[in-house]
Amino acid sequence: MKSKKPKHVQSILAHIVLIILSFLCLFFFYILIVNSTRSHGDLQKGFSAIPGTYLLENLKNVANDGSFPMFRGIVNSLIVSGCSAALCTYFSSLTAYGLYAYDFKAKKVAFTFIMAILVMPTQVTAMGFLRLVTNMGMYDSLLPLIIPSIASPAIFYFMYSYLQSSLPLSLVEAARIDGSGEFMTFNRVVLPIMKPAIAVQAIFSFVGSWNNYFVPALVIQSKEKMTVPILIATLRGADYMNFDMGKIYTMITVAIIPIIIVYLILSKYIIAGVTLGGVKE
Amino acid sequence: MKKKRKSVSYAKWGYIFILPFFVCFFIFSFIPLIDTIRYSFFEYYRSGIKEIGPNFIGLENYISLLKSDMLKYAGNTLILWVIGFVPQIVVALLLANWFTDIRLKIHGKQFFKVIIYLPNLIMASAFAMLFFAMFSTNGPINSILTSVGWIKEPIDFLGSVFGTRSLVGLMNFLMWFGNTTIMLMAAIMGISPDIFEACELDGCTSSKRFFYITLPLIRPILAYTLITSIIGGLQMFDVPQILTNGQGNPDRTSMTLIMFLNSHLKSRNYGMAGALSVYLFIVSAILCFFVYKMTNGDNGDHLKKVTKKGK
Amino acid sequence: MKKRIFAALMTTVTVAGLLSGCGGNNGNETDSAVEGKVINIYSWNDEFRTRLEAIYPEVEGSSEDGTITTLKDGTEIHWIINPNQDGVYQQKLDEALLNQADAAADDKVDIFLSETDYVFKYTDADADIAMPLKDLGIDPDTDLKDQYDFTKTTASDQNGVQRGSTWQCCPGLLVYRRDIAKDVFGTDDPETVGEKVKDWDTLKETAKELKEKGYFTFSSYADTFRLYGNSIDEPWVTEGETVVKVNQNIMNWISDSKEWLDAGYFNKTVKGQFNDDWNKAMSSSSSVFAFLLPAWGIDFTLKPNWDGDDGAWGVTNPPQEYNWGGSYIHAATGTDNIEHVKDIILSLTANKDNLLKISKDYLDFTNTVSGMQEVADNDEEFASDFLGGQNPYKYFAPVAENIKMAPLSSYDQGCVELIQNSFGDYFQGNIDFDRAKENFETAIRERYPDITEIQWPE
Repeated sequence: MKSKKPKHVQSILAHIVLIILSFLCLFFFYILIVNSTRSHGDLQKGFSAIPGTYLLENLKNVANDGSFPMFRGIVNSLIVSGCSAALCTYFSSLTAYGLYAYDFKAKKVAFTFIMAILVMPTQVTAMGFLRLVTNMGMYDSLLPLIIPSIASPAIFYFMYSYLQSSLPLSLVEAARIDGSGEFMTFNRVVLPIMKPAIAVQAIFSFVGSWNNYFVPALVIQSKEKMTVPILIATLRGADYMNFDMGKIYTMITVAIIPIIIVYLILSKYIIAGVTLGGVKE
Repeated sequence: MKKKRKSVSYAKWGYIFILPFFVCFFIFSFIPLIDTIRYSFFEYYRSGIKEIGPNFIGLENYISLLKSDMLKYAGNTLILWVIGFVPQIVVALLLANWFTDIRLKIHGKQFFKVIIYLPNLIMASAFAMLFFAMFSTNGPINSILTSVGWIKEPIDFLGSVFGTRSLVGLMNFLMWFGNTTIMLMAAIMGISPDIFEACELDGCTSSKRFFYITLPLIRPILAYTLITSIIGGLQMFDVPQILTNGQGNPDRTSMTLIMFLNSHLKSRNYGMAGALSVYLFIVSAILCFFVYKMTNGDNGDHLKKVTKKGK
Repeated sequence: MKKRIFAALMTTVTVAGLLSGCGGNNGNETDSAVEGKVINIYSWNDEFRTRLEAIYPEVEGSSEDGTITTLKDGTEIHWIINPNQDGVYQQKLDEALLNQADAAADDKVDIFLSETDYVFKYTDADADIAMPLKDLGIDPDTDLKDQYDFTKTTASDQNGVQRGSTWQCCPGLLVYRRDIAKDVFGTDDPETVGEKVKDWDTLKETAKELKEKGYFTFSSYADTFRLYGNSIDEPWVTEGETVVKVNQNIMNWISDSKEWLDAGYFNKTVKGQFNDDWNKAMSSSSSVFAFLLPAWGIDFTLKPNWDGDDGAWGVTNPPQEYNWGGSYIHAATGTDNIEHVKDIILSLTANKDNLLKISKDYLDFTNTVSGMQEVADNDEEFASDFLGGQNPYKYFAPVAENIKMAPLSSYDQGCVELIQNSFGDYFQGNIDFDRAKENFETAIRERYPDITEIQWPE
């Protein structure tokens, strides 16, 4: 048992590296937040590490600006990201399970096919996507931002890898013997096992969808349906009418706060889920 | 449905379960993709407000792309990706290993994990905006460096090839190393503790444990990380686009493939954009095939195993 | 725990279902039974809306979020605002204009705005996107006779048919720091300073003087571009050709800029405009002597970036007359609201009282020759504290009268943008001259696939 003793030197090194990395990460957010508390005039005077007192004023400017409905934008983004995360984790798990646990003729073809489209950059189809959405009458609606997330090859691949390492098929057979229907087995037995993977991927896809600018900018037309990144882009356009850096920093801050809150709530669940991850054989 | 049937085939359930995915893919990706490919064989663009084409011109778009700077942009993309990815995977492996090593007694684990993932939350475009402002010649970074006394003249970060590429790399690293760490940690913690206990009893060192047990066991997740990162790298757009205002300055050395595609989309050159999309598609398919073969060589066996069990 | 998560999943799925229910129906709510009840206006910011709401007498009220303005006769103006950023505005406008023929009456574009850099793309006679004003019942020769000539030329197609009109006219001045002028020239008198910057040769001598005292003349080569670019005598691309001809004036800008930058007359750390470095160059800690700005530039760019006291800046004549900016109002071909559109254009761009009100409230230099002359003489109402009591209109008015608009082409925006970007690297010493030329050619061909050749002078 001699190897069980704590390793002090390595431990100190680890802490130092962690602190440096954390500093790097927080530093930029710190600057962002500090800058959002200062007026444009203050910002002109150069950088200062001490927060200013202009935050409320900046917030007021952001909130009262009718041409940038920030609150509406946050609600839209929450709807889109929430639904996307739910749809893509659920259906990716379902697809992964379908390909992992069942044996059918098209199985190999289907798997290879998904692996092939895994690498397809989304921008590649943007042109055709817009034409399609317009023809389907879904232009300027949130639906084309949500529904396509059902087919997320990358998340499917993660789920599939996870199932490979964590789901013994004996468990499925046991459920069958207990008289559980196939769909029931998936929902009651398989999903709980995949919980850690789902939590991780839910966050990733939520963030991805929250930050997505490319597709929403193509599809969304009207103000009341705009998501946060479009609003940010609108604000940041080199337009002399919106030339208040304090307001821009504040807007970026406001845009990332909800996602940080969501993350903080879910991160606890993730850590708990990850430790439960291993399946006892 | 619930009653026990012994010699029943479950095949149809496989089809039912994967159906939503394929229907959705067919509608929202496949049809647009075919549309895009079709136009790649046409001369089809806008001049001002006037539409030219579509006229069928065969492979002409593909040929003129090869004559353009496309390969140079592919090189840029690769360099930018490597600068970000190598430190990212090394640091992530290190951190994931530390976090899961009970004997290291890392304090505030939760805190650190939350922090390092934070940069991944911010919009890439907003992050790039922030970097652009901070690393501008009269920006906060230069003023801090000058007041500390490390430099006399402000550094023109975005004026040099090295500076611009490093910044893009740094941003990609910061945005993704936390993400990768969490992913790898999930994988390492998914390894049965029995294995680690057995290894402990055999008295192996932590580096041995890392290289001989942890690494091989998390290979699927490593493969996943590598693949998604390559795809992400190929699609690199927001960060260099905003940082260099779409120009890939200086001297177009930070122009990525998607920025190139974007400039064709922007000029409404559907034919050329289509052809470039097809090239991108082929390149990413080849890349992925290699990585997939390299890291997941046993997949075929695995499938067989599954098949056996399914019966 | 498991149940809770699953329940949460199901709830979100249900919400998604509900959304899909409403999402589908949102498409076309406007009823198209009555013709011409909706005026759709495309723009990239609220500039035009605020001016219209302030001075157009027919306005009844507007919705809280600013997307709909109701007129007294019940007609609704629907504002479709898209950011200029990344060409989004033109993209969405082009899309709508291409569908103009098939669109329902109330969905047709009625009015759209354009900027000088790309106005020709829309006034092009072959494209026939913007209606000739004559077809609306506006006679430019009589109804718009008080407008500055160059704004009328700018809004005309290659045959001289006017297809747009603006309320705004953007002559530019040289705006200088009074403290620096006192330090270097011993006086901050606008006349004396004006003598020192009256043409490029004199200005170069002055730049040397400023340099000796440690000051930059301008912040960067981007600041001077407009002056050279405005005075080209041949369009970038001649009508009917597919050759970009780089004008000798542009070559002069390139060689002068290189010379000035190397001599230290520009601040090397400032690259381009509307970025943080540029903003900082306008603050009290900077050592940049002057900026070349139009009326809006002084009020919306310089003023917010200046952190010192009022009265620190002065204006005087620029080394060369130039125009910077201007939003043109066009009637879209196929509009179903001809009478309203005509009325709006006349009221906002040809009514002197309205234009003077805009000048007063929004500090635009407006498009009325006689009005601006009155304003130039009216020191009481139009003297600016920010400029130390100077009445800037006194300087703007003569510039506006002397502006000769460069011949336009529909490729201007790209050419202007790309030549500055390509040669920026050359000025900074990253690449040599030939490489910069090559980069410009590559970038042009990417942007405009139909361009076959790029010609350089000599």
